[in-house]
Amino acid sequence: MSEKNWPLYEVFLRPRNGLAHKHVGSLHAVDAEMALTAARDTYTRRGEATSIWVVASADIAASDPGDKDSLFEPSDADNKPYRHPTFYDIPDEVGHM
Amino acid sequence: MGTETNDHAAYLLRLADDDLVHGHRLSEWCGHGPTLEEDLALGNVALDLIGQARALYTHAGKIEGKGRDEDQLAYLRDAHQFTNLLMVEKEKGDFAFTVLRLFFFAAYTKPLYERLSASTDPELAGIAAKAVKEASYHLRHAAEWVIRLGDGTGESHRRMEEALDELWPYTAEMFETDAVTDAMIARGIAVDPATFRDEWRATVRDVFAEATLDMPEEEWGHTGGRIGRHTEYLGHMLAEMQFLQRAYPGNAW
Repeated sequence: MSEKNWPLYEVFLRPRNGLAHKHVGSLHAVDAEMALTAARDTYTRRGEATSIWVVASADIAASDPGDKDSLFEPSDADNKPYRHPTFYDIPDEVGHM
Repeated sequence: MGTETNDHAAYLLRLADDDLVHGHRLSEWCGHGPTLEEDLALGNVALDLIGQARALYTHAGKIEGKGRDEDQLAYLRDAHQFTNLLMVEKEKGDFAFTVLRLFFFAAYTKPLYERLSASTDPELAGIAAKAVKEASYHLRHAAEWVIRLGDGTGESHRRMEEALDELWPYTAEMFETDAVTDAMIARGIAVDPATFRDEWRATVRDVFAEATLDMPEEEWGHTGGRIGRHTEYLGHMLAEMQFLQRAYPGNAW
C-alpha cells in the first residue's frame, strides 16, 4: 500500500453551532470514513470543531485561475458600482442597519 | 494497612499499568507512522492512554497511603512490580500488529470503563466516565484499520493473520479474575470481566467478518502479568522509559 495512491480529501470544520463549515486544510486517506477519523486527529486536537465534513478533492469542480478576468472583472466594484447598495439615503429614524 | 486497601490499590494499579505500558508502546510510533495523519492519530491515542494512567496512578497512590505519587509509581517500580497484561508490553511490531492489539484492547476497555463509570469508588467512576469516550474512539479507529488491512491486499491480509496468530493467545488474560478482582467485585469497586466477555467476542466477530479474518478457537492463553511475571520485553521498555528518573531522581522540566 503506497501513500502516493491514497486520495486527497479536503477538510471542513464547523467551529460552533450556527456557523458554517469552513475549509481548514487537506489530508490523504484510504477512503472517506478514514478521512473523517484522520481529520479528527489532525485538525480537532484542541477542541476546534462540533462537526467535520470531508470531500474528495477530485470531486470539487473549481474555477480556472486563468478565467479570472472573464469571470470576475466585469462585476468588480469599479465596473458595476450600482450593484453595491451605496446610493440610498437612509432616514435617520432607521438607526443602524 | 488492611487487605482491603491493598486490594483496592492493586486493582487500580493494574488498570493504570495497562494504560501506561500500552500508551508507551504506541508512543514508539511517533515519527515512524506510515503517514503523517496516522502518526498523529497514534500519538493522540498514546496520550489518551497515558492521561488515563496518570489519573489512575494518582488515585492508586492516595488509596495506598504510602505517599507515592504518579511519577514514583510509573518510574520507580521494577518490571516484577508492574501488573499490566502481557499483551500490551510486547514490542510494537509492524502496523498490522499495532492496530490489531489496539483493537483487542479497546474492545475490552470500552465495556470495562462503561461499567466502571458506575463503580462504588467515585474517583474511579469519574476517571472511567471520561475514559470511555476515548476508548470508544480508539475502538472505532482501530476497527476501521483491521477491516481495511484484513480485507485489503494479499500482503496486508497476510500481515493481519500473522499479527492474529501472535496476539490471540494473549487475549484470554484480559478476562481472568483472582482474589484481588473477586474482592473488588464484591465491594462494587470493580466489575467482573465475565459480564462483558460475550460483548467483546461479538465486537471481534463482527469486525473480523468484514475484515475476512477467521476468528480462532479459544484454547489456552498466556498468563502472569497480573502477578508481575512478565515477558522479556517489559524490562527493556522500562529501561528506556524510566532512564531519566532513575539517572536524575526527581528531575522535572
